[in-house]
Amino acid sequence: MTEHFDAIVVGAGPSGNAAAYCLAKAGLSVLQIERGEYAGSKNVQGAILYADALERIIPDFREDAPLERHIVEQRFWMLDDQGHMGGHYRSDSFNEEKPNRYTIIRAQFDRWFSAKVREAGALVVYETTVTSLIRDNHGKVCGVRTDREDGDVYADVVIMADGVNALVASRSGLKTEVRPEHVALAVKEMHFLPEDVIQSRFNIGEEEGVVIEAMGSVSVGMVGTAFLYTNRESIAVGIGCLVSDFAEAQVRPSFLLDRFKAHPSIRPLLAGSEVKEYAAHLIPEGGLKAVPQLYGDGWMIVGDAAQFVNAAHREGSNLAMTSGRLAAETVIEAKTRNQPLTARTLAAYKAALEKSFVLKDLHKYRRLPDVLHGNKHFFTEYPRLFSQAAQTMLRVDGVDKRTKEKQVRKAFQASRRVTGLIGDVFNIARAWR
Amino acid sequence: MNIVVCIKQVPDSAQIRVHPVTNTIMRQGVPTIINPYDLFSLEAALALRDMTGGTVTVLTMGPPMAEESLRKALGYGADRAVLLTDRFFAGSDTLATSYALSTAIAKLAEEAPIDMVFCGKQTIDGDTAQVGPGIACRLGLNQLTYVTAVDGLDAAAREITVQRRSEGGVQVLRTKLPVMVTMLEGSASIRRGTLPDLLRAARAPITVWNAAAAGIEDVQRCGLRGSPTVVKKVFAPKPRAEKAKLIDVKGRRDGEIAADTLAALFAALPKLEGDLARQAVQA
Repeated sequence: MTEHFDAIVVGAGPSGNAAAYCLAKAGLSVLQIERGEYAGSKNVQGAILYADALERIIPDFREDAPLERHIVEQRFWMLDDQGHMGGHYRSDSFNEEKPNRYTIIRAQFDRWFSAKVREAGALVVYETTVTSLIRDNHGKVCGVRTDREDGDVYADVVIMADGVNALVASRSGLKTEVRPEHVALAVKEMHFLPEDVIQSRFNIGEEEGVVIEAMGSVSVGMVGTAFLYTNRESIAVGIGCLVSDFAEAQVRPSFLLDRFKAHPSIRPLLAGSEVKEYAAHLIPEGGLKAVPQLYGDGWMIVGDAAQFVNAAHREGSNLAMTSGRLAAETVIEAKTRNQPLTARTLAAYKAALEKSFVLKDLHKYRRLPDVLHGNKHFFTEYPRLFSQAAQTMLRVDGVDKRTKEKQVRKAFQASRRVTGLIGDVFNIARAWR
Repeated sequence: MNIVVCIKQVPDSAQIRVHPVTNTIMRQGVPTIINPYDLFSLEAALALRDMTGGTVTVLTMGPPMAEESLRKALGYGADRAVLLTDRFFAGSDTLATSYALSTAIAKLAEEAPIDMVFCGKQTIDGDTAQVGPGIACRLGLNQLTYVTAVDGLDAAAREITVQRRSEGGVQVLRTKLPVMVTMLEGSASIRRGTLPDLLRAARAPITVWNAAAAGIEDVQRCGLRGSPTVVKKVFAPKPRAEKAKLIDVKGRRDGEIAADTLAALFAALPKLEGDLARQAVQA
């Protein structure tokens, strides 16, 4: 028995669900294939949901999506071994009718999204792995082979949304394997605490949440950041560094996480909690350079598989959903015009990405991965220097302020020299431009 | 052969959490699975159908979300799925559950006679093992419980032969159809459905019956009202207070360590030595 669909979507994460949902809503016949037992069973993220990207797909998602807390406060910390220095931004304006960012638990959220995809009319099968692409005589992708008996199934277009490793595209030679310096390995734990304890500990109301992003001594010299997100009844705490750095430093991710949890600024926030989950995940952080060919005859790549993550701003799921939606819109448009889904038609997908924040942002930060990789002192020296400066200025010990300022300046110069400081400013400014 | 397999969607007990403050079971967010014993019975039923022809209908009682479990069962190759769902069923104990399920099975039998009903030995959330026998009693079926394998089915003679686990051995039992069988773990594991099965399952309509559609006339016998069982208290067992003891092994021979450890154990548990000796003699 051979079945034929308008589109096959591989994977049921944010990008795959976005694509399948939009295609099905437009009345196309869609088969979505997920390897996990249910959508979300294999998916790991911090996790923050950026409402805008989802709102453009499901405008009234807030009515029934499993959301934890909307974020009212963002903390950025630079850590040395003793404490942290940084900035907080908190605003009551985040308590709006339609909040902009939420913490979510992916196992629940993805399941909800998958139910929406089914309601929209897509056929979704789980516990099935796509092993390879099927091509017709002209080399156009025309279906997929799965690991089940009688497992071939056909479609006009295959959208690969199979996550960071992009196994289907890699195995089919459409993309090279991910490189260790282009992916971060993040580990996280879920710490359970009663709702009211979280609220009093973070000084927040019932639905409100806090995000802490931290960098510094905690990554022991590697390129990486740590995070802490408040859920309703749990705290997600994690840390991620480049895989190439882990390999070079011979450091275990769990060691880093333990260090972060034991840090004097973090430990009191987690006190008395019960750890119930431990997860790890790769995050594509290679930036624009790592983005593969995005489309071809009968195929497109979306989400993490296309390496769509803006590491500087900790955004990924919104790029994923947007790319899924744009891929779907490309197919819908072509179908309405009765065009074949060849590389020529599907080039519109890349054009749409270039017009959107997805490729614009990746383009903006295209130099950042290399700059950070080549300048590890951003993660070691500066957090230490800033913390030290704060310590020097705040400690009242009879030393006059001019001398203290001199001490701070000397510390910076001793560490980086004037040329180094200027170079760092230039590098960061250029990478940020 | 027309076979009904009763399944239940249960919380995955491996992932269940007890609320640290209220001590109640936290079901929210806990993944649900098909009761594992039910999968052995489903596989047995599918194998019999493949051998003799006929249909396998999966039946469950539960909230609307139990549809997921039915769809999964269809993906394994079941032919039809029926969901019994109604607010009257909420809070059912085994008496009320077996009443509702047996009434629904009787309703199914109006379309075509049912030859066999399969259930799991018990559910992993209730652990009573009462619903299967309850159904058999209400429908007047022969019952075979704790079955580890179906040895044979003689369709002409309408006889089934099974292996039943019993204390200290295996019973081989033969009985006449119609029959109700509850399956243990250890028989054939559930098959992996083909992709066409999976696609059919994803598309298949699920028959949804409320109490009236299932032929239940007296809703007083359903749900909380029809359930004499009362749960008085739910609590998490306290972790044991005794700590593990470290044994110092430095400079001591293995035999010496073993003998000392045994002596300390027997001193702490005076009955243990006698029990072990008796068991050794019996063996």
